[in-house]
Amino acid sequence: MAQRRIARRAGELGPLYRGREGQWSWALHRITGVVVILFLFAHVLDTALVGWGPDAYNRVVNVYKNPIVGVMELGLVAAVLFHALNGLRIMAIDFWPKLADQNRRLILGTVGLYVAAMIPIAVVMLLHVASEVH
Amino acid sequence: MALDTARTGVPPSRGGGPGGRRGGAVRAGREAPSTRGAEFWWWVFMRVSGIVLVFLVIGHVLIMHVFGGGIERVNFQFVAVRWQSPLWRTWDWLVLVLAIVHGINGLRVIALDYIRPTGVRIAVSWSFYVIGVVLVALGSVIVFTFDPCRWPGIHC
Repeated sequence: MAQRRIARRAGELGPLYRGREGQWSWALHRITGVVVILFLFAHVLDTALVGWGPDAYNRVVNVYKNPIVGVMELGLVAAVLFHALNGLRIMAIDFWPKLADQNRRLILGTVGLYVAAMIPIAVVMLLHVASEVH
Repeated sequence: MALDTARTGVPPSRGGGPGGRRGGAVRAGREAPSTRGAEFWWWVFMRVSGIVLVFLVIGHVLIMHVFGGGIERVNFQFVAVRWQSPLWRTWDWLVLVLAIVHGINGLRVIALDYIRPTGVRIAVSWSFYVIGVVLVALGSVIVFTFDPCRWPGIHC
């Protein structure tokens, strides 16, 4: 164990990053960002349909009221919230570089805040999905 | 401040630093580019738009998806009433512009991490810029020209 830790410390990327919280939050930031922008492409186009009248817009928006799409909607909100909170952490370190030494704690705090916010949001949104099933 | 670290670089123990291989930054954020070219201003834009989007998008998500019954109530009539308010039109337009530009630039930065040849990098960058301009233009036209009263059966 100790040797593995030393090997990590000696690594090119230093002890803080590779295979640790920093790398995971970096990867998640990219994945959630891509998820959100891909949805946004669709969302700009579906909202643009208001320019083509009620029939076109309502038909497409009804797709979002499907329960399966409702669960995907919860995933989208989860991605948005993670990207937002993790982005705030990144900016905090950008503007106060000394915080880099607290990175592990900041990430744990970010994840804690994220989970605490996601629980009530998930409950409310799953209730919406349940009402769509009936 | 961020600019100082950009100029002086970061100690090697903290990894890459400006000019090093991209993606090697140990600190959570991408290093500010060391010269004030386009990439520096993109770096600044990502932070400024990021802060604004945290408020606008979380507000949008809570209002449209969590509180008030969620998207079940959303239809053409709902949009007709909502976009009578200049506040919501402005809010939605700001989210459109900032989120599309922030997201497209994010995609561009990710793509360029995996592309080496200079010509291809420039072509890919410009492709993303064009997609962004088209989406922002389409969305802006819709937001500012939307007139629900044109359609029969809509209360406005």
